[in-house]
Amino acid sequence: MTEPNREAEMGMSTDLLETPPDSTFAEHGDPPDLDREIMTINIGPHHPATHGVLRLVVDLEGEMVREVRPVIGYVHTGIEKSCEDKSYWKVIPFVERMDYVSYFFQMEAFCGAVERLIDLEIPPRAKYLRTIFLELNRIHSHLVWLGTTALDLGAISMLWYCFRERDKILDLFEMATGQRMHTRYFQVGGVIEDIPLGFEAKCRAFAEEMPIRVGQYEDLLDRNEVFLSRTKGTGIVSRERLLELGVTGPLLRAAGDPWDLRKAFDYLVYPEMDFKIPVGTVGDNYDRYRVRVAEMVESASIVRQCLDALPEGPFIADDRKYVLPPRSELSTSMESLIHHFKLVTEGYRVAPGEVYYSIEGPRGELGCFVVADGSAKPARVHFRDPSFVNLQAFREMAVGGYVADMIASLGMLDPILGGVDR
Amino acid sequence: MEVERRSLREKQISARDMLRGDLEGEDLERYVEERVVTTTFAKVQNWARANSIFPLTFGLACCAIEAPISIVTARYDLARFGAEALRASPRQADLIILSGRVSIKMAPVVRRLYDQMLEPKWVMAMGACSSSAGMFANYAVVQGADKFMPVDIYVPGCPPRPEAVLYGFTKLQRKIMGSPDQSWRRRYDAYGTEEWARGGPRSEPSPEAARAYGEARRSVEALREAGEPSLA
Amino acid sequence: MPDAPGLELIRGEIDRDCPGAVLATSFDRAQAALIVDPERVLEVLRWLAEQPGHRYDFLSSLHAADYLPNQPRFAVHYELINRDRVERIRIKAMLEDGAELPEIDSCVELFPTANAQEREVFDFFGIVFRGHPNLTRILMPEDYVGWPQRRDFPIGGEPVTFTYSEARYD
Repeated sequence: MTEPNREAEMGMSTDLLETPPDSTFAEHGDPPDLDREIMTINIGPHHPATHGVLRLVVDLEGEMVREVRPVIGYVHTGIEKSCEDKSYWKVIPFVERMDYVSYFFQMEAFCGAVERLIDLEIPPRAKYLRTIFLELNRIHSHLVWLGTTALDLGAISMLWYCFRERDKILDLFEMATGQRMHTRYFQVGGVIEDIPLGFEAKCRAFAEEMPIRVGQYEDLLDRNEVFLSRTKGTGIVSRERLLELGVTGPLLRAAGDPWDLRKAFDYLVYPEMDFKIPVGTVGDNYDRYRVRVAEMVESASIVRQCLDALPEGPFIADDRKYVLPPRSELSTSMESLIHHFKLVTEGYRVAPGEVYYSIEGPRGELGCFVVADGSAKPARVHFRDPSFVNLQAFREMAVGGYVADMIASLGMLDPILGGVDR
Repeated sequence: MEVERRSLREKQISARDMLRGDLEGEDLERYVEERVVTTTFAKVQNWARANSIFPLTFGLACCAIEAPISIVTARYDLARFGAEALRASPRQADLIILSGRVSIKMAPVVRRLYDQMLEPKWVMAMGACSSSAGMFANYAVVQGADKFMPVDIYVPGCPPRPEAVLYGFTKLQRKIMGSPDQSWRRRYDAYGTEEWARGGPRSEPSPEAARAYGEARRSVEALREAGEPSLA
Repeated sequence: MPDAPGLELIRGEIDRDCPGAVLATSFDRAQAALIVDPERVLEVLRWLAEQPGHRYDFLSSLHAADYLPNQPRFAVHYELINRDRVERIRIKAMLEDGAELPEIDSCVELFPTANAQEREVFDFFGIVFRGHPNLTRILMPEDYVGWPQRRDFPIGGEPVTFTYSEARYD
């Protein structure tokens, strides 16, 4: 990648970056190559701008980045190995702590994979409820991204505004599930509990208000000179290169490719929803910002449509072999008692087989691979995490630009190290 | 030191006289008594330290979203406790909040950060993972941050609510000010039941307790040797 | 997802061009998989990526699984997507465990996305990818000994100690 044309932008000559005139060499002999010296510095793993514990070993020549080597693994928790030791429903709290801002997505990936393995159909109300929570979580993830990235780029007030909305979403989660984060709400067969009275009204009010708030965020950032000059034209990677690197999600969409698993592979109730896929043109950091902000508005619209179409009915499947029976039945039916006992102590057994199920997370394709060996515990659970694969594109974004552009690219890449390291 | 309370008008008049240089004798003494608090230097120092803690911006995993990010935002404001200035450099920070799971690769880094902090420094183990590895009893997570660094206050939860973190923070403030908060022991009048793990005033159990612990351990071992499957 | 007859057609075409590479097909729970000889896996991947009718040119995920106590023990899975017809296919290469670490060809030139994913498989299972530019541990510390996600690696952790289990109370 060629050096960015700062001269044209700033109207200032960049002669100082060139070698000094020959007379200096003639007088004093060849100086040590101070202008060309490569300095290797270490950014992280504890650093305010590296969204998590990411360590970057950067080779700098002056302010230009020549090489960047990300070192990961600082929050590796061995979740995939722990899952092999637990029965299927105990795996759910483990996997939701991988990518810790999009916890519903991980639950959906795992529950969807197991439902494929046992061939269980979830009732329509559960599908709609799952979609509502997934889209609320998508908005939540993008709000956290926007707040922290704007903070990195200097627009500090954005953090407070974004987290105001985020607290409203967490209030909704707490109302329905009891927990702000890591809710353990999705179960194999549906959702664990129905939404309470008043949730629908509050959620609808939030979905109506969200586009207005997004307009406010855009007002704050759209004409911010510093933000625009730091993000426009920086961190460009071509679409073909992104596809080769396996990048999916808003990064790919900002480069012009409308690949979204919600529209490509129909799952849950997305085929019935009417929403647009925002696609960028140039593929620079500014496009990534705009794509995610537009996605927030689309997600709010999906939530509203789901609330309008929410059907009545059971919120979890009926199959007592895999789903706990309602507690009211335990005192009257012996069979329910036996099922309950069996499910709680040992858990359900899954016939041998393997399934790879993937959904569109806020960062890209989140896939879950489950191998079942006939026992009550999965034999292998592996997550294809989008941030892990997207991080490979970071080198292309950063090399050849300035250090400040590298920080902007890292923010716009939106890695969540819990997902990268698992 | 008890001073009779005077009305505002009287105090204003004596302040005016002071400025003019007219106060003397008993009036001067009373003026000074109303405005001076005597205490020990240590107490003032502790009070200042507790109310102006500089936390380190250190986030490891999920708890990092609740703190340090969520507690500095407007709803759960940490600034009202004086801890608004989060510093990025450990040399300038007082409090390290271990928010998240400490993996084996990260542990030396955390220890190095802790060593780089200057005295006085405090550690809050936030969340279940840094207190005791939480749900992750496996090869990759250090089973509790107190395995390699001293911890002053543990805040349980997964993740703990920001209000819980703030409660832990106020407890830490009371600890710094010299009167650690015994909370439930005060409520249920259960002083004297503390056990200190290493060192401390009561690190050995009473003879009765030690005998009871020994009995329990021997019975568990006997069961294990007899082949009890759940203890293998 | 190509359906079961579509999968057999693909297998027939591959057998015509790369005979003996595909060992079996599997269509389980609506997911199509081709079980491939590990020595020929790069050929099959290249065929699928470049063949005009089947451009499975997006590697979505590369992961491995340990099927102990079944033999062959390891399997490397490649999840491919055909973005024109929106179809997925899985390539599965089974590897034996022996005195030395199992080896398979690396597909980094064909799919650069496999770089970090192959390193992860090496880190956790000890499967060596021949031709990988930088096959080192990626998530575990550099000097870690052992392959954590193999089935016979202990899960670790420590037992919860209650007060009575401390030996000094007697």
